[in-house]
Amino acid sequence: MDFLAGHQPELLPRNRQLPAQGVIEAPHGTTIVAVTYRGGVVLAGDRRATMGNVIAQRDIEKVFPADEYSAVGIAGTAGLAVEMVKLFQLELEHFEKVEGTQLSLEGKANRLSTMIRSNLGMAMQGLAVVPLFAGWDVDREKGRIFSYDVTGGRSEEHVGYAATGSGSMFARGALKKLFRDDLSEEEAITLVVQALYDAADDDSATGGPDLARRIYPIVTVVSDEGYRKLSEEQLVGTVRAIHERRLEEPDGPRAALL
Amino acid sequence: MSTPFYVSPQQAMADRAEYARKGIARGRSVVVLQYNDGVVFVAENPSRALHKVSEIYDRIAFAAVGKYNEFENLRIGGVRYADLRGYTYDREDVTARGLANVYAQTLGSIFSSAGEKPYEVELIVAEVGDGPEDDQIYRLPHDGSIVDEHGSVAVGGNADQISNYLGQRHRDGMTLSEALKLAVESLARDTNGGERTLTAEQLEVAVLDRTRPQTRKFKRVLGRQLSRLLEEGSPEPEGEGEGEGGDAS
Repeated sequence: MDFLAGHQPELLPRNRQLPAQGVIEAPHGTTIVAVTYRGGVVLAGDRRATMGNVIAQRDIEKVFPADEYSAVGIAGTAGLAVEMVKLFQLELEHFEKVEGTQLSLEGKANRLSTMIRSNLGMAMQGLAVVPLFAGWDVDREKGRIFSYDVTGGRSEEHVGYAATGSGSMFARGALKKLFRDDLSEEEAITLVVQALYDAADDDSATGGPDLARRIYPIVTVVSDEGYRKLSEEQLVGTVRAIHERRLEEPDGPRAALL
Repeated sequence: MSTPFYVSPQQAMADRAEYARKGIARGRSVVVLQYNDGVVFVAENPSRALHKVSEIYDRIAFAAVGKYNEFENLRIGGVRYADLRGYTYDREDVTARGLANVYAQTLGSIFSSAGEKPYEVELIVAEVGDGPEDDQIYRLPHDGSIVDEHGSVAVGGNADQISNYLGQRHRDGMTLSEALKLAVESLARDTNGGERTLTAEQLEVAVLDRTRPQTRKFKRVLGRQLSRLLEEGSPEPEGEGEGEGGDAS
């Protein structure tokens, strides 16, 4: 093996180049949305993973706690993204234990940025990972959202809402029309579910709430009390109420014209 | 060049052990006790920044006495070992036994290598299980041996005397407040039988609490919560572990 490594290293499995052409078929996650409210931030994602035109998984989870005070939602190649989140969680926890103090929210966002950038080669092959990062800033005492592009470019969303993934343009449209500065936690939760509903309405790769199978979006809240994931029981009321309203008005709530 | 004197291996080892033991006995003690909901760590330590008790992993914590730079080194090594293992395999695959083994190897090889001075540290690695019978406490003396402990253990300072005191009074199924008060009583006793008073400010207290909903069971008991626990009467009310206080940092 040493001989091979010295003379023809490209023959070893770990040194084989990825094919330059051709798309690797792998499950992709789709839409993630985030909204800030007075006491924190809500981060939510739909449950669908697609592989080309096939629904690869109906109940995938794409929103994770990063640590006690932040959450990360992932769009893009599911396998790589989940691994990236696992490594990100590990880094934050490791830093916290070794240093005895938590990283600042900016520090966490920067770290994630570097990790996305290191995946650029894979992204060029069509295996991109584009997360949305949201957390409670303990020093500034407010919820903050950071969005990313494939090259690791990081931008804070000061408007108070953000979306990523294939259904993001539709979700962002809904958020833009419905978002207000003085949302309560319940209103913010309703808003993210509405936005995901709209995304699922227009984007085939985003899954809407599946009432028959009881598969609802993953909704997480990060406030000064830390990270919390809403249980199915806590969410079913909101989802059903939105669904009932949509039976009367399929396009959802209407914003004022002027 | 001078000719070195012959020193018998027995004598060399005895000297090294003596050196390490003296270093360890110089500092203040740390005691570790089991209580009904987990394991409590109590150290006399006025510093808020330099910890003697720390989190290693979900269910595992670490306590040490001796030279700070040496046990800090071992602590960081332990965190690295645990995090790497948990990432490579699964969080469940990180165990106190595995960690204690790694520490024993490290301490043992340093103790017996002629080039280095032995570490002047004594460690405790504890893991909280699903029930009190699943709790594990390991004591690791300076020479790399492992002692499997049950109920209560003390290291550093006049550890023998404190262990004796704890051994006679500790019983299974104590509440956190009872265990804490026993630990403080034991630490407050002087070598010559006198008693000092230890206030909440002089103590570093942490618990591995199996009732915590988070996966990380380690929690520091700070400020008001600590004072309240120390003042509490023997029959304590339900839900006492809740409320303000530290998170797992």
